[in-house]
Amino acid sequence: MTRPGANHAAQMGWFAAHKWLLARRFVQLAFLAVFLTGPLVHVWIAKGTLASSLTLGVLPLTDPMIALQSVLARHALSLTALTGAAIVLAVYIVVGGRAYCAWVCPINMVTDFAAWARARLGIKETITLDRRLRYWLLAGVLAASAATGTIAWEFVNPVTIVHRGLVTGSILGGSALLVTLALLLFDFGIAARGWCGHLCPVGAFYGLLGAKSLVRVAAVRRDACNNCMECFAVCPERQVIAPALRGADKGVGPVILSGDCTNCGRCMDVCSKQVFRFGTRFTPAATQVLKGE
Amino acid sequence: MAKAPDHNGAVNRRGLLTGALRAACGAGLVALLIAMPAHRRAVAVALRPPGALPEADFLSACVRCGLCVRDCPYNTLTLSDLGDGPSLGTPFFNARNVPCEMCEDIPCAAACPTDALDKGLKDIKDARMGIAVLVDHENCLNFQGLRCDVCYRVCPLSDAAITLEVQHNVRTGKHAMFIPTVHTDKCTGCGKCEKACVLEEAAIKVLPHALAVGELGQHYRWGWKEKDKAGEALIEDNLQLPIRGMENGLPSSELKGFKP
Repeated sequence: MTRPGANHAAQMGWFAAHKWLLARRFVQLAFLAVFLTGPLVHVWIAKGTLASSLTLGVLPLTDPMIALQSVLARHALSLTALTGAAIVLAVYIVVGGRAYCAWVCPINMVTDFAAWARARLGIKETITLDRRLRYWLLAGVLAASAATGTIAWEFVNPVTIVHRGLVTGSILGGSALLVTLALLLFDFGIAARGWCGHLCPVGAFYGLLGAKSLVRVAAVRRDACNNCMECFAVCPERQVIAPALRGADKGVGPVILSGDCTNCGRCMDVCSKQVFRFGTRFTPAATQVLKGE
Repeated sequence: MAKAPDHNGAVNRRGLLTGALRAACGAGLVALLIAMPAHRRAVAVALRPPGALPEADFLSACVRCGLCVRDCPYNTLTLSDLGDGPSLGTPFFNARNVPCEMCEDIPCAAACPTDALDKGLKDIKDARMGIAVLVDHENCLNFQGLRCDVCYRVCPLSDAAITLEVQHNVRTGKHAMFIPTVHTDKCTGCGKCEKACVLEEAAIKVLPHALAVGELGQHYRWGWKEKDKAGEALIEDNLQLPIRGMENGLPSSELKGFKP
C-alpha cells in the first residue's frame, strides 16, 4: 500500500489531501493561542485552562467531566461552574463529543505525532489493549471521586497537566514536560494509539456524549469505495468505520454513529473516492453514485 | 515481540530493532513515572489563597484552572508543580517569597468559578490562610532584648494580630524584652511578617492552622473563665468542719488560738 492519501493527493493536490488535518491543527493552535495572548502580550481572551476558563470576561466554560467528579465528591458546585459545564455539554452534543479530542485537546498533537512516527518507521509491533478499557477507567475515576471526596482524575489528568504547563509556561521543566514525554514513549514504542484510543477516560466521557451527538462523519458514497483501506490506515479509531462503510447489506450506516469517532476528518483527507463527508446522524446515503465510478 | 529467526538462522534484524525500541520506550516511561515523585524536595510551608475551603473540601472543589492566580495583582499565587508540596496544579503561595497583600476586594476568591475559594468571605481580615508562629526564640532579635520589631510593624493588623508583650530581661538583669506575640483570633496568615523578618531564615513563619494551633479537649473548662461567666465560683467553698478536740485551738500553749 502506498502512503495513505497519496492517491488523493495525486488527483486533487497535496492541500486537498490534508485539508481537514490542517484545519484541525489550526483550530488546536488557535485554542492554545487564545489562552496565551493574555500572559504573553496582555491581551486577555481566555483566562484559566481547559478545566475551567473565562472568555472575554463574560463566557464561563467548565469541563463537564471535572464538574461531574466535583458533584460526586459532594461539593456544592457554584452556578458559574454549572453554567459553564452546561454550555460545554451543549456544544459537544452538537459538534460531536470527541471533537474535543481531535480539535481542542493538546494531547492530540503528541499522540498524533507518535502515530505518524510509527507509520513512517513502519513499526507494527504493539501491545494489545482493549478499547473498552477507557470506559472502565472512567467508571473507576467517578467511583474514586465519590469514595475519596476529591476530583480524583485531576491528580493525574495528562490533558489538564499539559494544558496548564502550556498556558503557565511550566511546560519547559515541570510535570507537563514529563507527562508529554511519557505519553510520547507509550504511544510510540509500546501501544499504537495507546493513550487516546484505549485508555484516556476524558475521551471516554466525551465518547459517551458523541454517541448521541448531531454532527457525524457519514460514508455517503460508500458505493464508490474501492477497498483501498487507506481510511482504516489513518483512522485513530478504525473500528468505527466498517459498520458505516460496509453495512449497506445489513441496512446499517452510512453514518458513523460510534461515539469513539473523533470527527477528525482524516478519512475524508485520504479517500480518493470522496466516500466520506461531514453530515448529521440523520444523513442518508447518496443515491446517485454510479457503480465503478 | 521479536520475529522468529529466518531461514538461514540469522536473527531477524527488524525484530531485534523493534524489540529494543519497545524496551527502550518502556524503560524511559518507567523512568519518567519515577521522576515525578522523585522531584519532591524540602520547601517552606505552602499556604492556600484567602477563603480556601478546608483542605479535604478544597480538593473536591478546586479544578486547578488558575483563574485565582491570574487575578492576583501581586503575583502572590502560583499553581503547584512537581515538588512544590500541594497537590499538582492547585494554587498556593509561599509567604517568604511573596506574601498576600490582603486586597480589600479579594480578587482571587472573586475569580474562583467553583467556590473552592469561598465568596462568603467579605472582609479580608476574616481570612485564615494560616497562623504566624514565632518558631525560633533563639535567633529572634527581640528575644535577645533588641528592638527589631519588624514583624510587629509590618503586620497589617499590628497591635491586634501581633502585639509586643513586655518581659523582664534576665540576661542583663535590668532591661525589658518586647516579645512579638501572635493572636490566633486575629492573624490572617498573610505572611507579611515572615517576608519581612530580617534574619537570614525567618524566625517567624506562617504555618497551616492545623500545625500552628492546639485544641482544648471538648470537656475541658478554664476554671477562672467559667467563674467570670457565672459571676461566682461554680463550686461551693470548702466546708469548715470542726476538728474534734481542738474546738479551742491546739492544746499547746504557743499555738493557742490557732485554727486550721
